[in-house]
Amino acid sequence: MKKLMFAVVSGLLALTVSACGTGTDQAASTSGAKKYVFGTDATYPPFEFEKDGKYVGIDIDLINAIAKEEGFEVEIKPMDFKGIIPAVQAKQLDGAIAGISINDKRKEILDFSEPYYQAGLSLVVREDNTTINGEADLAGKTIAIKKGTTGATFADELGQKYGATVKYFDDSPSMFQEVQNGNADVTIEDYPVISYKITVDPASKLKIVGDRLNGDHYGIAVLKGNKELQDKLNSGLKKLKENGKYDEIINTYLSTKK
Amino acid sequence: MSSSWDVIVDALPVLAQGSVVTLKITVISLFFALLIGLLFGLMSTSRSKLLRGIATAYVDFLRGTPLLVQIFFIYFGLPPVLDIKIPETTAGILALSLNAGAYLAEIFRGGILSIDKGQMEAARSLGLSHGKAMRLVILPQAVRRMIPAFVNQFIVTLKDTSLLTVIGIRELMNSGEIIISSNFRSFEIWAVVAVFYFLMIYILSLLSRSLERRFAK
Repeated sequence: MKKLMFAVVSGLLALTVSACGTGTDQAASTSGAKKYVFGTDATYPPFEFEKDGKYVGIDIDLINAIAKEEGFEVEIKPMDFKGIIPAVQAKQLDGAIAGISINDKRKEILDFSEPYYQAGLSLVVREDNTTINGEADLAGKTIAIKKGTTGATFADELGQKYGATVKYFDDSPSMFQEVQNGNADVTIEDYPVISYKITVDPASKLKIVGDRLNGDHYGIAVLKGNKELQDKLNSGLKKLKENGKYDEIINTYLSTKK
Repeated sequence: MSSSWDVIVDALPVLAQGSVVTLKITVISLFFALLIGLLFGLMSTSRSKLLRGIATAYVDFLRGTPLLVQIFFIYFGLPPVLDIKIPETTAGILALSLNAGAYLAEIFRGGILSIDKGQMEAARSLGLSHGKAMRLVILPQAVRRMIPAFVNQFIVTLKDTSLLTVIGIRELMNSGEIIISSNFRSFEIWAVVAVFYFLMIYILSLLSRSLERRFAK
């Protein structure tokens, strides 16, 4: 059995190696500046979303501003959140900025910039839901969650602790829709994202219940060991915080209440 | 970093569970798809213009839109408008049944039309009604010819179930994604998921070959 598995796996490995070229080949761009490819999740307002055919949001503006400060070029690649970290790992991306919470598990396989925003998770239910006021009310309920997120890890733990069912989706809109349609009772989302959604989309019929479940920080992910890019990101972030551009970007999308 | 072997062994129970869901959904969907396919296949070979029109419209529409759109439409689109709740498994089975049904309708139509006209004429001249002739003479011969196409549809539908991951059904694809999102071992997990799909389909093709031999006698 072991031998067979080994044969299958090594056969597949040979195939994959021969079949794919390199993802990001650090091609020098026209201006001669170095170009980095960053992955993002394009359905995550206010951090990244599409407006008038362009990607905008706190994360997008930040990475562009950092690139400008540090003199490199950025290409934004939108994808499902669950695919972002594996894509950085597979060297298909140089880095990722997608409201990625820094945690130990992720630090094992990625490097992060300094934290640039404190988010933290919140429980979200439908407006007319009066039975769920905190995590203790989750017994026998259904949690909708986005694959690969810290919220998903949290949902797994809550599910086991209180006996709740967890359903996994690819993107935030699907997971919100699930709660709106009454197919799930609750979802777990980063606080700034859900508060923004409720503000701009009152028809969403969602509300936040209870306190924030944790105080996670967002960081910009880079391929493990890419110190050069990590340093550029950190120095760029520092400059933006000093010259007020960072606050300007945040305030563009979020009213100053945090 | 744990070894590949450990990662795979840890993942096996969850992936096996996912495979069971995949198989269940495939079998149930195909059962309904066969009924839908037979119904529309018969309609499209009937003499009534209206019935033929309905069947053609159904087949064209279902074949002319991506399955993923159909899945989203049924699961996320319909419930708020109709003010109903559709559980994800029901929505998934519904989408796959309707979709595979359209392809099967064409397979039935082709099968029925491939039987020589003389068969129908002979049956009718023996005094059988159109419906009876269809049931006793035409369809048994047509179905025998259609077996390879049925098996093909079975395989296609089994692979299509992987799309149901988008509505949160915990089939094999979804199970693989969940495992990777916590252990980040894409290579090992996708390799095993591929092997699982392959095995399911391979066993199915073996079964179908023996079925074909039995029918051919």
